[in-house]
Amino acid sequence: MLSVMIILLFPMIYAFLIATQTPAQYYQFPPRFLPGSSFFENIHTAWDRINLGRLLFNTCVVAISVAIGKIILSVTAAFAFVYFNFKGKAFFFITILITHMLPLPVRIVPTFELIDQFNWINTFKGLTIPFFASATGVLLFRQLYRTIPPSLADAARIDGAGPLQFFWSIVIPLSKTNMAALFLIEFIYMWNQYLWPLIIANADRTRVVQIGLKQLVDTDAAVDWHIVMAGALIATLPPLILLIIMQRSLIEGMSFYEEK
Amino acid sequence: MQTRFPNKTLPYLLLAPSVIIVFIFFVIPSIQSLYLSFYRVSPLGNKKIFIGLQNFIRLFHDPGYLNSIVTSFKFAIFVVALGLAVSMGVAVVANQRLRGFGAYRTLLIWPYALSPAIAGLIWAQMMDPNIGLTSHLLKTLFGVHFNYQTNGQQALFFISVAAAWKMLGYNIIFFLAGLQSLPVELLEAAAIDGAGAWRRFWKITFPMLSPTTFFLFIMNTLYAFFQVFGLVHITTEGGPGRATDIMVYKLYRDGFEGMNTGYASAQSIILLIMVATLTILQFRYAGSRVHYQ
Repeated sequence: MLSVMIILLFPMIYAFLIATQTPAQYYQFPPRFLPGSSFFENIHTAWDRINLGRLLFNTCVVAISVAIGKIILSVTAAFAFVYFNFKGKAFFFITILITHMLPLPVRIVPTFELIDQFNWINTFKGLTIPFFASATGVLLFRQLYRTIPPSLADAARIDGAGPLQFFWSIVIPLSKTNMAALFLIEFIYMWNQYLWPLIIANADRTRVVQIGLKQLVDTDAAVDWHIVMAGALIATLPPLILLIIMQRSLIEGMSFYEEK
Repeated sequence: MQTRFPNKTLPYLLLAPSVIIVFIFFVIPSIQSLYLSFYRVSPLGNKKIFIGLQNFIRLFHDPGYLNSIVTSFKFAIFVVALGLAVSMGVAVVANQRLRGFGAYRTLLIWPYALSPAIAGLIWAQMMDPNIGLTSHLLKTLFGVHFNYQTNGQQALFFISVAAAWKMLGYNIIFFLAGLQSLPVELLEAAAIDGAGAWRRFWKITFPMLSPTTFFLFIMNTLYAFFQVFGLVHITTEGGPGRATDIMVYKLYRDGFEGMNTGYASAQSIILLIMVATLTILQFRYAGSRVHYQ
């Protein structure tokens, strides 16, 4: 099993090794499967060449805003669906679910034109706000809220607590695990976005790291693979570290995806 | 059934942000896509001429578009078939002697953090014609001169491998979870009755895993058609000679490099039909699927 695991992960391991080597080291034959001597130098070069600091900052802003935005919007929507009766409930529910059927390529030209009309090209608003709605999040929290014992809400009503008070003091604290799962999933999802940032925010001020990496391979000469792999490594670290720290909640989130 | 609060306006206020965003950025643009697909739009967007189904007719006579359909399907079939077969195989073998599943799962989940674009870069380096380890192996073992920068078929192979590889860990985790929930007694009874490992796999394990396989089939298909734009853009840019020009990439070129808005919108509608079909399939079969507990 361990050997299978190593074969599956080998490309990642090897990419890391290249990121530590000098061209002389990875051009040599037979290939050396050992860390090389220029890891920090490669990182430094990659960092300067595409202004990685700025790219990472931009990507962090985007990924964190969207993850939090999605959590807030889906928690409130799920609360409305579970704890209230109102006209048009089914209609609104289907409206939110339908986002699953409308990935970006299906609506890309008009959405781009809309962002252009809003003057949101090359802004963080344009990068984030269109992603705030989340069918996955609404489903996740709706399922959770249905399992909260009704006696809790009854007790709150008898005590004279309004719905918002109940929401703050009972529902939100109970949502924390699922919020963490959703945060992780959406952070990674946004961190890895490519098509949308490419068409609406490919300027120095707003460029995200995935798009920035392309500048490392766009060259007429031979590609400096040690620099590219160093850049790719840095670009992968934030989601990877978050994943390693929070993976317990991801596994829970994934089993939700399966049940859907 | 949950207790309901009697408030009349609060639910609408709570829902408003989600619903407004869905309408502005999902529903209305999708309807506009449909509308634009019946028009020819000047590159500056100031003139629109209604042309009925002309865009669609043109699409299916455009060798470039037909090529992108064929490319996308070849790519998707390769990614889904290879991805599911390898991960099911690994999961079944791993399930035989599963100790420390948690630790393996920790490692398997790592590629989930990678973007398709970075998976593409990693494999572009592995398959680099000069220094790539994989291209070197292919040369020594099979005598293949691997150069994805000049050979179209090899380029398609390269992006397919990179895309399938990124999903392996995700697939294996789901297959392992599915395998863990199979009834052990049934497999043991079959073994006692003399069914070999191969037979047990095809007659019991494979059919009972079908809900998991179906779920992963849908997820991997959606991934292969809609989420690999970055992989193609950062490595092959659709080349060489449009050999990796998958549908979303072609749509991007026509809509944003060629500024051919109506034509690109017609392509959006084709993609909408595809994703709608997949989603309906998913709800139809996953909704009523059999659970083996």
